[in-house]
Amino acid sequence: MKYVIYPVALALLAAVPFVASDYALGLLIGMVTYVTLASAWAMFSGPTHYVSLATVAFYGAGAYVVAMLNEVMAYPMILLITAGVGATMALVVGLSTLRLAGVYFVIFSFGLAELIRQLITWYEINIYGTLGRYIFVDITARGIYWQMLGLAAITIGLTAYINRSRLGLALRVIGDDEVVAAHSGIPLARMKLMAFVLSATILTLAGAIASPRWVYVEPAIVFNPTVSFLTVIMALFGGANRLWGPALGAIPLFLAFEYLSAHFPDVYPIFLGALFIGVVFLFPNGVLAGIEGLRRGKKEETA
Amino acid sequence: MFVTILILGLVLGGTYALLALGLTLQYGIARIMNLAYGELTLAAAFILVALMQGFGISPLLTVALIGPVGYVVGSLLYTVMMKPLVARSSGGKLDVDSILATFGLLFLIQGALLMVFGPNFTSISYLDKGVTIFGVTVALNRLIALGICVVVGGALVIALATTRWGLALRAVAQTPTSAPLVGLDVNKVARQGFALGTALAATAGATVAMYQTFSASGGVVFTMKALVIVIMGGVGNVGGALAAGLLLGLVETFVATAIDPGLTLAATFAIFLLVLLFRPQGLFGKA
Repeated sequence: MKYVIYPVALALLAAVPFVASDYALGLLIGMVTYVTLASAWAMFSGPTHYVSLATVAFYGAGAYVVAMLNEVMAYPMILLITAGVGATMALVVGLSTLRLAGVYFVIFSFGLAELIRQLITWYEINIYGTLGRYIFVDITARGIYWQMLGLAAITIGLTAYINRSRLGLALRVIGDDEVVAAHSGIPLARMKLMAFVLSATILTLAGAIASPRWVYVEPAIVFNPTVSFLTVIMALFGGANRLWGPALGAIPLFLAFEYLSAHFPDVYPIFLGALFIGVVFLFPNGVLAGIEGLRRGKKEETA
Repeated sequence: MFVTILILGLVLGGTYALLALGLTLQYGIARIMNLAYGELTLAAAFILVALMQGFGISPLLTVALIGPVGYVVGSLLYTVMMKPLVARSSGGKLDVDSILATFGLLFLIQGALLMVFGPNFTSISYLDKGVTIFGVTVALNRLIALGICVVVGGALVIALATTRWGLALRAVAQTPTSAPLVGLDVNKVARQGFALGTALAATAGATVAMYQTFSASGGVVFTMKALVIVIMGGVGNVGGALAAGLLLGLVETFVATAIDPGLTLAATFAIFLLVLLFRPQGLFGKA
């Protein structure tokens, strides 16, 4: 049954640009981008509980690769290089932090985006000569939407596959108890590294795909830390341990933040902060699990 | 050149050391990884500026009074926000919960600061005249800041090492599970540790405000640097945090004057990476 539903749903979603207005298409691209980011984030951070605050480091790096190469190379080639850059970055970060306790990883990821932003800024000013680049790629908004939709589908499909594989089982054991995992013979560092590299590669590709929307890029625009924080809260809100949790968290929160940043930019950070605290205290496993818990509780009462 | 870097580096490092001291107490004793630490620092900095500009209160008086205020705020924060998390979870789960909750707190405080004080950079000029030491001209306010850091940091190190109260804090930091066996109220000690950390954050923030320009969205950088220092010094290691803070001040000043000011954060991170790769237990810790 689901082999029919999913392709049909995907085809329907792919057909939306033919009826949507330009504004609606822009919103859709943003929404699908965050579905991809949140799902890719949860691929690693969901089962392992290693909270990564570095989403924008990869997302921004992807966009910057396109900005640097768009005049010298064909687009598909750039995407390949982007994936390579993302995987390499993740390997370096992962090898140095994932062997240690989770808190070191969080701290490192907390500063990673800022570090990369400063390094690129330094490089652009001192070696390239000017800060800021243009992206002229022959891709329409529809093209971006389809690519991003494809990436989102791949991400969720890959997560479903990982969940059933030995890698997924290993990650869940690691997330529950690393000592038990180590005693069961699970190679901790290698498993965490594999999942982190996969997740980071998707994040980097998402940045590359979304980049033509910017046209003009400079480090301060591309490495906006809010992207990392939104990704985390969306995934947690929906439930980072569920296949569809991050996607279901991303859609309402994307619309809410879009509305807030347009109408109440001043209360934006306060709302974001309250949301984080609310999720941690009220829905530690996500809203989906919270609702299920409530229903189960009611059933037990009536039984 | 060398002496300049040494003196300016120590002055900067003194503030960093004080900043990191509070964070290492919070994580070491209360086991709360507080990502809103830099925002608490900034709040104190803004209060100092507002009191001076609004009521003409001397910054030195504010620095002296802001510590106790920070202690009370920290104590309340622990009771209201952190204690339920500690009661609910332990170990790695507490790390995740406290990181996410304080991350939310970060935005709450940042949002409040933005609404009250606006997004612009703020600074005051207070005792902004040069003093020459060993042929190097240093602003008087920076020297006073260093003095405050030495006095507060030194007093704390001595108190932790010699008093009964310090012994209780260190016992909980070392093995929270065994501390109740010798009659220690872990919850109370953890609250004290967290409150003390907040008091240090406030003192450091007020000190920073005396000589540095800052804005409401810059708290993350304070947190980041404090975190790097804490890990360099070894989590919960007070002496290590002081030494690592001074070291980081020296390195940053060296990179800024000798190589490029745009690369100071990169230098901080390079050190961080090296420490993680080769001495994850901290520069002064035992394997």
